[in-house]
Amino acid sequence: MYNNILLAVDGSEHSIRAAKETVKIASVSKGSTVKIVYVVDFSKARTEVLHAHNSEGLGVARKKRLIPIEEILESNKINFSIQLLHGEPGPTIVDYANKGSYDIVIIGSRGLNSLQEMVLGSVSHKVVKRVVCPVLIVK
Amino acid sequence: MEKIKKEWFSNVKGDILAGIVVALALIPEAIAFSIIAGVDPMVGLYASFCIAVIIAFVGGRPGMISAATGAMALLMVPLVKEHGLNYLLAATILTGIIQVLFGVFKIAKLMKFIPRAVMIGFVNSLAILIFLAQVPHFIGISSMTYIFVGITLVIVYVLPRFIKSIPAPLIAIVVLTSVAIYSNFDLRTVGDLGAITQSLPAFFIPNVPFNFETLQIILPYSIALAIVGLLESLLTSSIVDDMTDTESKKNREARGQGIANVVTGFFGGMAGCAMIGQSVINVKSGGRGRLSTLIAGLFLMFLIIVLGGVVVQIPMAVLVGIMIMVSIETFDWNSFSYLKNAPKTDAVVMLVTVAIVVATHDLSIGVIAGVILSAIFFVAKISKIKLTKQETMQNITFFVEGQLFFASVEGFLDGCDVSIQHKNIIIDFSNAHIWDDSAVGAIDKVVIKYRENHNNVSIKNLNAASKKIVDKLAVFNNPNGKLSAH
Repeated sequence: MYNNILLAVDGSEHSIRAAKETVKIASVSKGSTVKIVYVVDFSKARTEVLHAHNSEGLGVARKKRLIPIEEILESNKINFSIQLLHGEPGPTIVDYANKGSYDIVIIGSRGLNSLQEMVLGSVSHKVVKRVVCPVLIVK
Repeated sequence: MEKIKKEWFSNVKGDILAGIVVALALIPEAIAFSIIAGVDPMVGLYASFCIAVIIAFVGGRPGMISAATGAMALLMVPLVKEHGLNYLLAATILTGIIQVLFGVFKIAKLMKFIPRAVMIGFVNSLAILIFLAQVPHFIGISSMTYIFVGITLVIVYVLPRFIKSIPAPLIAIVVLTSVAIYSNFDLRTVGDLGAITQSLPAFFIPNVPFNFETLQIILPYSIALAIVGLLESLLTSSIVDDMTDTESKKNREARGQGIANVVTGFFGGMAGCAMIGQSVINVKSGGRGRLSTLIAGLFLMFLIIVLGGVVVQIPMAVLVGIMIMVSIETFDWNSFSYLKNAPKTDAVVMLVTVAIVVATHDLSIGVIAGVILSAIFFVAKISKIKLTKQETMQNITFFVEGQLFFASVEGFLDGCDVSIQHKNIIIDFSNAHIWDDSAVGAIDKVVIKYRENHNNVSIKNLNAASKKIVDKLAVFNNPNGKLSAH
C-alpha cells in the first residue's frame, strides 16, 4: 500500500501527467495522503521577482501554476496538502523526501532531449539516485 | 540577544563557506568596476571590503552582499574624469548621507511607485552599459586578447558543469594568469591600469575644498548614486527575501547602505550598493546570515594583502571575459517574451528607459524618465471618460463612467450634448469619481449651460468624496455664483 505519497511538481505538463498517475496510485488504498511539493528554483528567483508587481503578485502567480494539479487531485477525492520550498529543485526534493517517511516519490521527467540532459543534468535523475524510497518517473 | 544569535550564528558553516566563495568571485568584479569608473583597482577593493564588513552589521537583509558595483561605477565616470578621485570620495560620503536620510524618512515605500517596466529597463540597460564598457579593452587591441577573452568565456560557462565548488571565474583567472606569466604574451594587465597596494585602507578626509562650489559639483552625482544604489539594493533584497522565504526591513537596509557608504568614503573607497549576482551566489552556496557578508569582505581583503602581487598580473582580457559573463547574466532574457505579452504602454516605457540610459550613460536619468513616462501613460489611460445617454418620456439621463479630473474634463464636456432644450436632465455619477476643482468647474459649466437652455438639471449619486468636493467648490447651486471662481 502506498499510503504516504510525495508528488514533486514544477507546474509543467509533466507535473500534470505525474498528478494523474498519482491519482491512480493513491486510489488503490483508502486513507492515502499526497504531499505536493513545489520547489521555487533559485535560478528563476531573480526573473520572477523582477517580473512580478510585488511579493503578493508573485505568490499568486506561483499558486496559479498549481491549480491544474490541485484540480486533478480534488476531483478524484484524494487527500492532499501543498508545501512550497525554495532552492535547487534536485537536492531540495531529495532532502525533503528523505526527511519524511514517504512510501513513494512521484515526479515527472522534465522531457529534456539528450543533449540538454548532458549539459544540464536532470532533476528526476538526481531524485531517483538519491531518494531512499521507491521513485516513479512519469514521462 | 536571541536575534543576534539567529542572524549571525544560525548557519555558521554555510555562511563561512559561502562568504569565501563570494570573496573569490568578488575580486575580479571589484577590479573591473574600478576600471570602469576610471579609478585605481584598490578603490573598488577597499570599497568592497568596507561596504561588505559594515553592511554585515547595519544592513537590513542578512545574506545579501553589498560591494562596489557596475551600476554605481558607471555613474562615476564623468566625475572622476573631470575632477578626480578626491571628489569621488566626497561624493561617496554625500551619497551615504542622502541614503541615510532616505531610510530615516521611510522613502523605501516610494519603490512601489516604480513600475515593473522601468525596473526591467534598468536591469537591461545596466547589462548593456557593462558590456559597452568592456569594448575599449578588447576590440582592436590584439588577436591574443580575443583568444584570452574567448577562453575565459568557455571556462566560465562550461566548467561549472563539472566543478561546482570553486567559482569558475576564479579558475579562469588562476589558469590564464599563469599562462600569461609563463608564456610572456604581450597582454595588457591590471597593473597597466593601476597599482595594487597590499595594505589595509586608512582613514583620510578627501582632499576637496569645503565650500559650496564643491557641493554644487558633487550633489547631482550623489543624488544619482543614492537613487541607483537604493534601487538596486531594494530589488536585490526582494530577490533574497524570495530565495530565503524570509522578510527584511527595507528602510533599515537603506540606512545601512548610507552608513556603509559614508564610512567607505573616508577610507578611500568608491560608493557601492547591493549586488544581485553575488547575493544569488551567496544564497546558492549556502549563505544565509550576516556572517556570510562579513566573511566575504574580510576574506577579500585578506586575499589582496596576501596575493596582491599576483593580482596585478591578471590579464585585462580575462577580466573582460568575466565582465561579459556578468553582463549576460544581468540582462533579463525574459524581456523578449515580456515585450510580446505586456501591454503596449509598458513595453514602450521599458524600451524608452533602456534607450535613454544607453544614450546618456546615466541609469538615474533613464529611471526618472521611465517613471515620468509611465505616469503620463497612466493618466492618459484613466482620463478616458464615458457618457451614456438614456432617454425616457420624462427625462434624459446621462450616465458618467470613469474618473473626472483635469485631464478628462474635455472628454466630459464633449460628451454632454448642451443643445438640448426644455427637458428634465439627470446627470448620474454612480460609476464616476470627482477628483479636483477642474472637474467641479466642468460640472458647473454643463449645469449652468443646461439651465440657460431652460432645462431642469439634477445631479445624482455622487459618492461621499465626490459630494464633499462638489458641495465645497460648485457654484451652480449659488444664485450669485460665478463660473470664473474655478
